[in-house]
Amino acid sequence: MAKSSTASKSKSSPKKTARQPAAPKTPRPIDFTKEQELKAYRDMLMIRRFEEKAGQLYGMGFIGGFCHLYIGQEAVVTGMQSALIEGDQVITAYRDHGHMLACDMDPKGVMAELTGRQGGYSRGKGGSMHMFSKEKNFYGGHGIVGAQVSLGTGIAFNNNYRENGNVCCTYFGDGASNQGQVYESFNMAKLWSLPVIYIIENNRYAMGTSVTRSSALTDFSRRGCSFNIPGIEVDGMDVRAVQAAGELAADWCRSGKGPIILDMQTYRYRGHSMSDPAKYRTKDEVQKMRAENDPIERVKQRVMQKKWADEDELKAIDKDIRAVVADAAEFAQNDPEPDPAELYTDILLPVAPMTVEA
Amino acid sequence: MATEILMPALSPTMEEGTLSKWLVKEGDDVAAGDVIAEIETDKATMEVEAVDEGKVGRISVAEGTEGVKVNTVIAVLVEEGESADDVAVNTTPADEQLSSSEKTEAPVQEAGSAASAPAAPAAAIADDPDIPSGTEMISTTVREALRDAMAEEMRSDDRVFVMGEEVAEYQGAYKITQGLLDEFGAKRVIDTPITEHGFAGIGVGAAMAGLRPIVEFMTFNFAMQAIDQIVNSAAKTLYMSGGQMGAPMVFRGPNGAAARVGAQHSQCYAAWYGHIPGLKVVAPYGAADAKGLLKAAIRDPNPVIFLENEIMYGQSFDVPKMDDFVLPIGKARIQKEGSDVTLVSFGIGMKYAIEAGAALAELGIDAEIIDLRTIRPLDMETVITSIKKTNRCITIEEGFPQSGIGAEIGMQIMQQAFDYLDAPVLRVTGKDVPMPYAANLEKLALPSVDEVVQAARSVTYK
Ligand SMILES: Cc1ncc(C[n+]2csc(CCOP(=O)(O)OP(=O)(O)O)c2C)c(N)n1
Ligand SMILES: [Mg+2]
Repeated sequence: MAKSSTASKSKSSPKKTARQPAAPKTPRPIDFTKEQELKAYRDMLMIRRFEEKAGQLYGMGFIGGFCHLYIGQEAVVTGMQSALIEGDQVITAYRDHGHMLACDMDPKGVMAELTGRQGGYSRGKGGSMHMFSKEKNFYGGHGIVGAQVSLGTGIAFNNNYRENGNVCCTYFGDGASNQGQVYESFNMAKLWSLPVIYIIENNRYAMGTSVTRSSALTDFSRRGCSFNIPGIEVDGMDVRAVQAAGELAADWCRSGKGPIILDMQTYRYRGHSMSDPAKYRTKDEVQKMRAENDPIERVKQRVMQKKWADEDELKAIDKDIRAVVADAAEFAQNDPEPDPAELYTDILLPVAPMTVEA
Repeated sequence: MATEILMPALSPTMEEGTLSKWLVKEGDDVAAGDVIAEIETDKATMEVEAVDEGKVGRISVAEGTEGVKVNTVIAVLVEEGESADDVAVNTTPADEQLSSSEKTEAPVQEAGSAASAPAAPAAAIADDPDIPSGTEMISTTVREALRDAMAEEMRSDDRVFVMGEEVAEYQGAYKITQGLLDEFGAKRVIDTPITEHGFAGIGVGAAMAGLRPIVEFMTFNFAMQAIDQIVNSAAKTLYMSGGQMGAPMVFRGPNGAAARVGAQHSQCYAAWYGHIPGLKVVAPYGAADAKGLLKAAIRDPNPVIFLENEIMYGQSFDVPKMDDFVLPIGKARIQKEGSDVTLVSFGIGMKYAIEAGAALAELGIDAEIIDLRTIRPLDMETVITSIKKTNRCITIEEGFPQSGIGAEIGMQIMQQAFDYLDAPVLRVTGKDVPMPYAANLEKLALPSVDEVVQAARSVTYK
């Protein structure tokens, strides 16, 4: 069989069965500087306050349909984002507000999409689950569990094809990681050495199904074994650990070794979506996680211990963030709905007129 | 015995080729498996092997000949002592040896009604069972009716089991399987991982082997992950096996738009599955139909797609209190009799039809309303009978217009009742756009009662 031209990076590599580069181990959390700690604090708190507000607006009827909050998982996307360089892409499922904020998308545009207004990122046509920003390299925002995994692999295919040195962060849940197309993608990603970081946000539940009830192998870091894709387990509640793993993974991909899996141990505090009473777990379980492992609280403790900021200074940060979020909410409630003419726009692009050369 | 070597067909579409090279000459001995010639088609160069042993008695098509028709004799192998001269060689391909009178051209006709294909037999479908007078009516939600149907069938047939995402411990994402785990246990009420293609296939396999699975899709949007197993395995196995085995099972779940859940979660699949021979497709509106038809679907020896609607789940309707209330699949129901125009719909589309019927009554237009209940087989008899009375028809569905259920009904009315029509058949459908999220746009994308009323007024000229 002719070898695909996309396998350029593995051209010189020996037979596929030969020894692979030594599998990486979970790196030690990075020793954050004061600036890094405070930035992580601010970024994570931004997501949390935004999500709390979204929850409120949902309750008030401003947001409809499905709305999946990211509260509890903030360290994952925040840590990963600090490991990326200009041009790296991000794609995820429907629990996507945090990812968009981490990609530096405008909270106003995100919130206005949640309320279905014309100032939203998809001009009101996508909603909570479907937002995109070409400018910020955020590729959505997908509602079909597992589908974004193939898409993210395709984005990495583009990186490889153009040899642009970028990686694609492809996020999916513990539940999604059982879908067939995930494994079809794994195989091709490794076969063609595609620069994709598969980030499994293992928050222990897919709706009401715990990982032990859905998965024959619950160590998700080993899900790539059949394809020789290495994986590492990461404390997804520690932003420093996430960033360390993110840097390692990005280096791995950029050096042409192909895909890598990060099994992020994390937790969602809220129900699956706004309508989930979450009776499948005890209140104690949630409480314990909040009390002992909260990603934001953990940064706060370290910062205070090292006397890098006191309670008042942290409160001031919170106040700033609340103001930004309140602004976004204000905008999202008052921005007009899309023009009815938008119903028929963006379905197909017009074809450029064919020019015939004389 | 001499053996003729014919120009082989090297692909399903090959009609002729070039005999580019002979690797043997007259008088050579060949053994079975020897490569004797090379043939070039538009796709590739292929080798021709001898299938028998013998001596090349004659080469009748010379090397380099182009356009050699498949089945032309290209050489003759003879046995020891035979001479090729003893063998008369016919160089015309076998199918061209038919006399021209035998080769009647099929008249140009619409595919499907070609003269040679027999007409599809029409299966007789029984009427709804009589509900004995005095039967108690119980107000039941569609949700409970569906659950009761499954529970009753599971009680009476231990081959029936239900599987899907969150159907057991969570009691169903939309609570349709509430209580089933308690009553029937984890062996028969099975939580699956989020792996639609896999568990749909497992369901089909189990059905082929004799069980009666009910496969729940959390919504039919996710059945798109599994549609290959539904269409290629469940629907076609009976035919492909010559009737030896099929897939007696039900695929069920909410179909169509819910509310504000956006483009990937709001699509009607009635037309998609309605397109497929080998499937039955049911789409009830009220609770009694939901119950009676789901029981029939579970008992049906064929794969049945059972399309529900999330918005209907919580709505209550009278359901007769009977030991075994089963309705026929394939029979439409006349929701309301009328004489001026026929409104045809199914599933949640009936809401628009019923409300429009009331609004039209106030305008002095007496609409007959038909609930198809089943999309496949489609009960056109009931529709045509109604058209012969009202001479006008409006179809209503939430799905997209092109190639939709309305398109099919309109076509069939034209074929079967053209002379009875006093106005064109009109359709009211979801707009030809992915479902938008914004509240105002979503409303515009869905059909409305007003659109139905306007359509009915325009065909009745009132
Ligand atoms: C193909 C498909 N099947 C089912 C669903 C319904 N659904 C939406 S989210 C979800 C759970 C996914 O869990 P997980 O992958 O762990 O992600 P999390 O919600 O925990 O972030 C399910 C079953 C869907 N959207 N797509
Ligand atoms: Mg999960």
